[in-house]
Order: sequence, then C-alpha cells, then structure tokens
Amino acid sequence: MSENKVPSALTIGIARGGLELKQFMRQRESVVFTLAFPIMLLGIFGSVFTNELTDGVTFSQYFVAGMIASGLVNTGFQQLAIMIPVERDFGTLKRLRGTPMPASSYFIGKVIVVFVTMLIQVFLLLIAGILFFGVNLPTDPAKWFTFAWLILLGSAASTALGIAFSVIPKSGRGASAVVSPVVIVLQFFSGVFFVFTDLPGWMQQVAAIFPLKWMTQGMRSVFLPDSFAAREVAGDWETGRTFIIILAWLIAGLFISIRTFKWDDQR
Amino acid sequence: MSNVISVRGLKKSYGSTQAVAGIDLTIAQGEIFALLGPNGAGKTTTVEILEGFRMRDAGDVSVLGTDPAIRGEAARVWRNRIGIVLQSTSDAGDLSVQETIAHFAKYYANPRDVDEVLAAVGLAEKSKALIRTLSGGQRRRLDVALGIIGSPELLFLDEPTTGFDPKARREFWALVEDLRKTGTTILLTTHYLDEAEALADRVGVISQGQIIEISTPALLGGRATSLATVSWKGANGLESERTDNPTALIGKLSTDFPGEIPELTVKRASLEDIYLEMIGGEDE
Repeated sequence: MSENKVPSALTIGIARGGLELKQFMRQRESVVFTLAFPIMLLGIFGSVFTNELTDGVTFSQYFVAGMIASGLVNTGFQQLAIMIPVERDFGTLKRLRGTPMPASSYFIGKVIVVFVTMLIQVFLLLIAGILFFGVNLPTDPAKWFTFAWLILLGSAASTALGIAFSVIPKSGRGASAVVSPVVIVLQFFSGVFFVFTDLPGWMQQVAAIFPLKWMTQGMRSVFLPDSFAAREVAGDWETGRTFIIILAWLIAGLFISIRTFKWDDQR
Repeated sequence: MSNVISVRGLKKSYGSTQAVAGIDLTIAQGEIFALLGPNGAGKTTTVEILEGFRMRDAGDVSVLGTDPAIRGEAARVWRNRIGIVLQSTSDAGDLSVQETIAHFAKYYANPRDVDEVLAAVGLAEKSKALIRTLSGGQRRRLDVALGIIGSPELLFLDEPTTGFDPKARREFWALVEDLRKTGTTILLTTHYLDEAEALADRVGVISQGQIIEISTPALLGGRATSLATVSWKGANGLESERTDNPTALIGKLSTDFPGEIPELTVKRASLEDIYLEMIGGEDE
C-alpha cells in the first residue's frame, strides 16, 4: 500500500509558498500594512521634503532609495518576525510538525512569500519614485548588477534575521508591538527618514552595526548620481564593505535560526 | 494481532516534577483506546511522547514499529503513517475548507481523495466556505479531516469533542465509528466518560504519572460487580438500599406494595462514578 514515496521537501515547499501567498493576498491588513503603507509614507515624506541636497539630487530621491532598502526589511524581517509567532500561537506550527512536511519545506514557503512580496513592493516603490519623485533608473549595467545582488542578498539576510527574531515575541498578539519599533528605530538611525550624514555621530555609529544602513547606502549607489558619493560618510559608496556586512548578517541570521527555532511554546 | 503502540517503563520529568513515572501500555491494531485522567496526571505528556513531540527520559516506546524520537527523513516516512488531531488550532482562516484539505494532502504519499474526506467528516456542503466562517464543531471536523487525509494507520485524537453540543458530539462519535470500520487504530484522550464508554474498546486510567488500571469500559474498577442502588418511595419518603442482588430486593418490594412500586429506580455505578472513585476526586 505505501510504495509511493513521501513527496520531496521542495515540492511541498513550493506548495506552501503558493498557499501562503494566497493567504497573504486575502488578508486585507497584510496587503495594506506590508505593501500600501510604504507607498503612503513615500507619498507623504516625498511631498513634504522636496529640498535639494546637492547638484540636482533632491531629498525625495534620497528617500526613495531608503524606502526601497526598507522594503527588504519590511517584507522579510518584519513580516516573518510577526507572522511566525502568530503561527506558533495558533498551533499552526505544531500541526505542521505532526505531518510528514519537513521543516525545510516550511522555510522554502516563507522564502517564496518574502521574495514575491519583496519584488512587488520594490516594483511599486520604483514606479512611484519614477512617476512622482524624479527618480531615474540607472543606465550603467554595473549599477543594475549591484541592485540585483542587493535585493537578493538583502532579502535573504532579512528573511534569516526575521526567522531568528521570531523566538523573541512571547505571544502572537504582542509580536508586532515588539518587532515594529525595532524596524522604525532602525529606519530613523539608518538614514531612511533623514539624510544619514546629518544624524549625530553616535547614531551613525550604532546604525553602521546593522544591515539596514548598508542597504540604504547601497540603494543610493544605484539610484543617485556617482557625484553624490562624496556626500557619504566615507566619501565613497563602500560597495565592497556593504556586501561583506550584509553577508555577515545573513550568516549570523541563518546560524541563529537553525539553533533557536521553536515549533511551540513547550519546555 | 500485532501491537501498533507498545510502551515499557516510560518516564519523563520536568525539573523535579515527575510527569510520567513508569508507564506500560500496549494498543493492538484496529483498537480504539481511551486514555483517561485528570489534568496534570501525565496524559498529555504520554501522548506527546508517542506523537514524537516530546523526548522521554527513560523507557522503550514503539509506535508502528518505530521509535517516535527519530528525526529526519525516517521521521517523515513514519509520520506519513500517522494522523494527529491536536487540541484547538485556529489558523489559516482565510483559506477555504477544500483548499486546506487539498493542501495537506500534498504532504502524504498516499492521501485519501479530498471529496471523500470532506463527505466523511460531513463538510461536503462547506467545502467552499472560508475557515473563519465555520462553527466550533465544523472546525473540529476540519481538524479531523486534516488528521485522516493521509490515510493513517494510527490516529491520535486529543479531546476531540470539547465544546461540542450534545448533537454534534453524537455525530462526531458516528464519524469515529466509521473510522473504526476502516481498521484505523485510534488513541483517544477525553474528559468525557460517556465518550470513552461509547467509543473505546479499552480504557486506561492514568493518575500521578502512572496507569492505575486498564480495562474495558464495562469492567473498569469492578464496575460489573459493584453494588446496585435500588430506590423507591416508601411510607417515610424516598428510601434506598445498596445491594449486590437487586432482583431479589425488587421481588421483596413487589410483595410489600400492592401494585407498582412508587418511583422505583435501579442504578449501577456509571463509568464516571467508578473513575472519580479511582482518581480520588482529583478531577475538578
């Protein structure tokens, strides 16, 4: 009777990704909170602070680059660090653990949700930036290459750190109260809402430890003219350092996730 | 008959509290076995060890010939043969009943037909409904559907009818009877003694981490031979007498009274009476 083999982890993982996307799209709160909210913020900040920072670079353009970087954090870190405690609380995780579904399929499903929602968000922010805030798409293929690895690596690190952070909220209900402030404070420190070099030195130093600062700087290197690099802290885009620091956070996130992930609250 | 579950000397402690203090248990293929016991008696811990959710401290455990403590690919092959219906899960409200069951079917090597399972649990008419629109009883049926979609040889049912109204409970029992006919072995935990009596071939009573008796519902705690209470309305109001020979007593009463014996009842100990006596009133 049971000659058939248990379906592969990848097959189940892809099915989970499809199912989770379907759930995501049906939850008005998640669609609004994850996708529409950043666009609204972009509209507000971009319209209020229209001052020119330097030779033809407006704050709006600076802000769009920061919001695209924030999109990586919202769809990965913030979404997972809130969603996983909720699933743990509801018993979803325990139920899944009682089936032949392997843990890897669960994470494949999460990666799919994060990746698809991240692409949608980045796309929407770019469209809004181009249409309303004078953002120009880069013409240099090298910048497109930087953009590609930034969203892949940044999104991967953000996903891994979201899973790692998901052990911290004590309950599903409290999760967004624990996670959202972390994200918002990081956004303030990392030069999303203000020009990074205008921030106090200590704030810059704290931000430099975390990956968001490097993601925003990386996005500026893609979307702002190279002449603007002189206005960065090091007077340079620091692309190599950006890559290494985000990669280090990805590795740390994976390591912590594997060591600490919990299926339920029990001892 | 082969044993689906066999447990020898099972022990588990949390810190200095011994939750399970040496349990022996065997459950045969096709059997419905009910595990009874007050909260904190070690019932949940025992079942969760059998389900592979918790690690034991000591003892031998075999479930479908496999140690539930296994992990990795072998664990998936083992889990493919069991079904688990946990207490209250409240997730995925935005999916339809049909979508959810069809999705879980993808986890198993030999899933049952989705429509057949929908019909078996009585949710055929609700197949397109979103889960968050279901009543408590319907949600529980969905839980069972997800437990049996993989055509399990062994099914764990953890307090399946908590919060049901009497009618829903009867319907649920009929569903379990149908599963019995397919040869599924079932380990049931419940707080309802009438449920254990209606469904179980054998019951085990667990108290303070130990099994105090395993028997059929009819024979548990010497129930079949326990005293019967005969009561009737006599000259001084309601009278009653405990006896091991109620027939003789009624014979005597029928000569004392000219016609009907007023308000005559004969009551044997219910499973609940026996159970409460056994666990010494620990249950609330």
